[in-house]
This record gives sequence, structure tokens and C-alpha cells, in this order.
Amino acid sequence: MSILSDSFGDNSIVIKESVTDRSQAISITGELLVASQRVLPGYIQLMLDAVDKFGPYIVIAPGIALAHGKPGDQVLTTGLSLLMIREPIEFKHSQNDPVQLVFGLAATDHDSHIELMAELAEFLSDPYRVNSLLTSSNIEQMRASIA
Amino acid sequence: MKIIAVCGMGIGTSVLLKINAEKVLKMLDIEATVEAADMSTARKASFDAQIILTTPELVESLKGVNAEIISIDHFFDLEELNIKLSKALL
Repeated sequence: MSILSDSFGDNSIVIKESVTDRSQAISITGELLVASQRVLPGYIQLMLDAVDKFGPYIVIAPGIALAHGKPGDQVLTTGLSLLMIREPIEFKHSQNDPVQLVFGLAATDHDSHIELMAELAEFLSDPYRVNSLLTSSNIEQMRASIA
Repeated sequence: MKIIAVCGMGIGTSVLLKINAEKVLKMLDIEATVEAADMSTARKASFDAQIILTTPELVESLKGVNAEIISIDHFFDLEELNIKLSKALL
């Protein structure tokens, strides 16, 4: 186990064949954060607002988005969720579209989750581990690639 | 030396930028503190910062701050951070 794998609660990972648009993709990661008791339902709107207000900069690497709101009363505890979409979708990012992995992030403040983000950065910088995640056929395999 | 890594909310992209910028600064042997911040905090905190690291989408909204703004396209590309930070600091 690692800080990264521990940050995913029960019911925090899902695989979908397709989604209608980026808002739906972001909402799903938000619902997973709600289901895994990381946030209250109001957090989902904060995640959508962030992209509406600041643009698709949350697509942090080719094919990978990190959807998040901000710390505040909607956040119960720090954690991650993950949506894998078999059919990649456009987030309207200038370089990193289309997106196939959408992580949802909740954090209680600006710096207590730095070790988690360091592990996430390390994971996402490793093409072999990312590829193993992308080729997973079920959630158990996804959890194993993250661990 | 103070550097601020900025994203809209101050918990995602900016923290990733902070982590990778710290790695590069260590390689370059430059002493600096890197803070992650959201847009509004960054405006307030930037009065004593030399550099702001951010994403291309947010550069326009940060115009007017005193610090030099460096826009980073690939957050996981240490080479890009290395080139841009070296150019600004060395």
C-alpha cells in the first residue's frame, strides 16, 4: 500500500464505455468522491465551476485530467477518485486532448496532501504504470496498477 | 528567493508544479521556497515573489503582478521546467 492507493476509498473508481461531455466526466469523479465519503455533494458544483472559470488547465498530461474544487466546508477528508473512459473525450485542452483518465481530487487545505500529490506525480510520470492502468479490464486490475 | 506555483484552486496543478519545480531547483542548486497558491492568494502573496509558475490558460489573469510569470505547458516535463527556470534564474 501507498499514500496514493490509500487515498482511493471504497467505490471511488469506475470504468465507463463513454460519457457525453467533460462536465459529465467531472461530475462522475465528484459523485465517486461523495460515494467514498471524501466530500459533500456540493463539492461537485465547485469542480464544475473551476473548469468554467479557469478553463481546461486541469488536463495535466496527455489524456489525463485532475478535476478538483477547493478546500472548504464541502470537503470531509483528502482523497482521490478515478474515472476511466474507454472512448476518450475532448476537454477542449490545447495539447493534451482527448482525455481517458479523469482523477477527482479533494483536499482539506493547500499543503497537507503534498505527499499524495508527489506520489501521484511519480505515478503519472511513469508510462509503464499509466499504460497498465489504461489496459486494465476491471477495477481490481486498476487498483493493482495504482498500488 | 520565493516562487509561487499558481492554479485556479491551489490544490491540484499548482501542487504538482511545486513538487516538480522543487526537484529542478535542487538539480540547479538554487535555494528557493516554492509555495502553491490559488489565483486570489497568489495576487496577495506575489509582492515578495520573484517568479510565478502557472499554466498557459491562467497567464492572462495574472497580468499586473510584480513577479516574472513563467508559463509551463507540461507539468511532468522536468526538462521544460529546467530550461525555463534556468533562463530566469541563472
